[in-house]
Amino acid sequence: MTLSMLTPAFTVGRNEERCIRCGVCVNQCINEVHHLDEDGFMWVTDKNCVGCHRCAVLCPTQALAITEFPLAFRPNNYWSSASLREIYAQAETGGVLLTGMGNPRPYRSYFDHLLLNASQVTNPSIDPLREPMELTTYLGNQAAMLGEREKPLLKLEVPVMFSAMSYGAVSLNVQKSLARAAREMATFWNTGEGGLHSDLKEYADSTIVQVASGRFGVTPDYLNNAAAVEIKIGQGAKPGIGGHLPAEKVSADVAKTRMIPAWSDAISPAPHHDIYSIEDLAQLIETLKVATNYQKPVSVKVAAVHNISAIASGMVRAGADIVAIDGFRGATGAAPMRIRDNIGIPIEMAIAQVDQRLRDEGIRQSVSLVAAGGIRNSADVVKILALGADAVYIGTAALIALGCHLCQTCFTGRCNWGIATTDRQLSKRLNPEIGAIRAINLLKAWEHEIKEMMGGMGINAVDSLRGNRLMLKGIGLEQHELELLGVTAAGD
Amino acid sequence: MKVQNNSEYCLGCGLCQVYCAAAHDGYNGNVIKAFKKGTPQARAGLIKKNHESWINTCRHCQDAPCINACITGALQKDEKGTVFIDSQRCVGCFTCVMVCPFGHIQPSRDSSRAIKCDLCRGLSGTPACVAFCPNGALRLAEEVDRP
Repeated sequence: MTLSMLTPAFTVGRNEERCIRCGVCVNQCINEVHHLDEDGFMWVTDKNCVGCHRCAVLCPTQALAITEFPLAFRPNNYWSSASLREIYAQAETGGVLLTGMGNPRPYRSYFDHLLLNASQVTNPSIDPLREPMELTTYLGNQAAMLGEREKPLLKLEVPVMFSAMSYGAVSLNVQKSLARAAREMATFWNTGEGGLHSDLKEYADSTIVQVASGRFGVTPDYLNNAAAVEIKIGQGAKPGIGGHLPAEKVSADVAKTRMIPAWSDAISPAPHHDIYSIEDLAQLIETLKVATNYQKPVSVKVAAVHNISAIASGMVRAGADIVAIDGFRGATGAAPMRIRDNIGIPIEMAIAQVDQRLRDEGIRQSVSLVAAGGIRNSADVVKILALGADAVYIGTAALIALGCHLCQTCFTGRCNWGIATTDRQLSKRLNPEIGAIRAINLLKAWEHEIKEMMGGMGINAVDSLRGNRLMLKGIGLEQHELELLGVTAAGD
Repeated sequence: MKVQNNSEYCLGCGLCQVYCAAAHDGYNGNVIKAFKKGTPQARAGLIKKNHESWINTCRHCQDAPCINACITGALQKDEKGTVFIDSQRCVGCFTCVMVCPFGHIQPSRDSSRAIKCDLCRGLSGTPACVAFCPNGALRLAEEVDRP
């Protein structure tokens, strides 16, 4: 291949009146965009820029501005510039297009078409700063009959948990930050499928450990060093396919934690090869409950796909105490772009449908629903709780709090923010002391906002918000969409 | 007191040096003015070796060899224990440069005097390097070293 037709995605503008040639941009960019030569000239290689803003954020004089490369294709409403660029890339490489983070396509976001209620005259609104407000949430099977053995439950002081992100996909410092934040805020973080690093064992009471198709790092000790166990069937960003941690990210430490040879590809098969049916799932759930002496709730995580309500019903009947559903906006460290962008359904629809189905079947009480995938702010949390979820998982939002700028190149392992990397030097860039404080701040801010919104509705306990679709009105939605969400239109 | 470096979280970005230089160059910490109008010089040296980096700054020793060696009394210790140079008295003999066991003190660019970390004592608050470290790798520690 002689000529690449791929032009740069971004261009780095340098304000010469401000640039002091300190070289911070040069030493911070792992993609080698900036170069300071011996004569004091600054050179920029635009085509290497992924738009992560590391240089611009650290520049002491704000001399840098990163903008879209101003090379316009002739306007075309069908063949977007992205479509053309993707074809150029594939024509050069012959490969599957890889990408990171969540689905960025302009599909309808139902969160943005739902409005919340507030109290006026007929019932009083509540000021959460002056009156008690309850966000305590219990996750697990709460259908125990009188006299029956009580089922183990997870207690959350704020209905927001950190999504599964494995050591290997993210740096250890990310996990340390989230684990500390989860402990401080009395909620949970999730190990992902990459095992539990020995440094994190002290956070056992705030940890959900994952058992995925690769079974990385799963031992009796691993299962018992946690508050709950989660079986990962699917992921919102890539339903139906497994995982592949490239060999270059499998450092000695990652290998030890995953119990695999160092510098070898870590492949998670697409299915669990011992789960080909609901009955098989029931067996694995029971196995894990036995292995943990019935002391820990077992969660099952699936991606939101077309037949999700029937799938969820089967999972509950198979003995899942928690059903976690990951919507199509859920993120990933690496996935084929076509899979990420075209598979799954919105989490709003999935939760509304699953909650209704489980209620109709009379089994809603024996399971907790956790919504994941694309929860951007506290209003999204309130809306998804009102649609029927018990709690949410946040992954992307948590990473953004730690510094992620959504450049979507996690799969390269060259994360300038020290997040999606296992490189020792890059991992240093996230100090877990600072990361934990930022994650705690995010949860505290959301907690306060959730309380304010609940107070406005005249609700003083999150139990009264859960599944309370009367608090939601749809705006700009078709009749059928309203029916599926179980809400009425604004003004109705 | 001294600035302590946690090389586990040092990125080697060099912002400590940028802000150190700006803080000591007479423009009140204005980075652009300091660098565009003058040739500011950082007191703290950033050392990079084998992909590790750390800041080489003054330990503000209890029994400081530089103070003992100074021939004009320019090197002094204030009431807080901060070792600093009175530049009016410094004649640029650089005895201090030679006796500093940590290699921290350096000649100014024009070789007229010696310069070293003074914990930004002229400015209020935290030393500039600590205040602007983007990753919390620097902190102001109470303890002092003995050479």
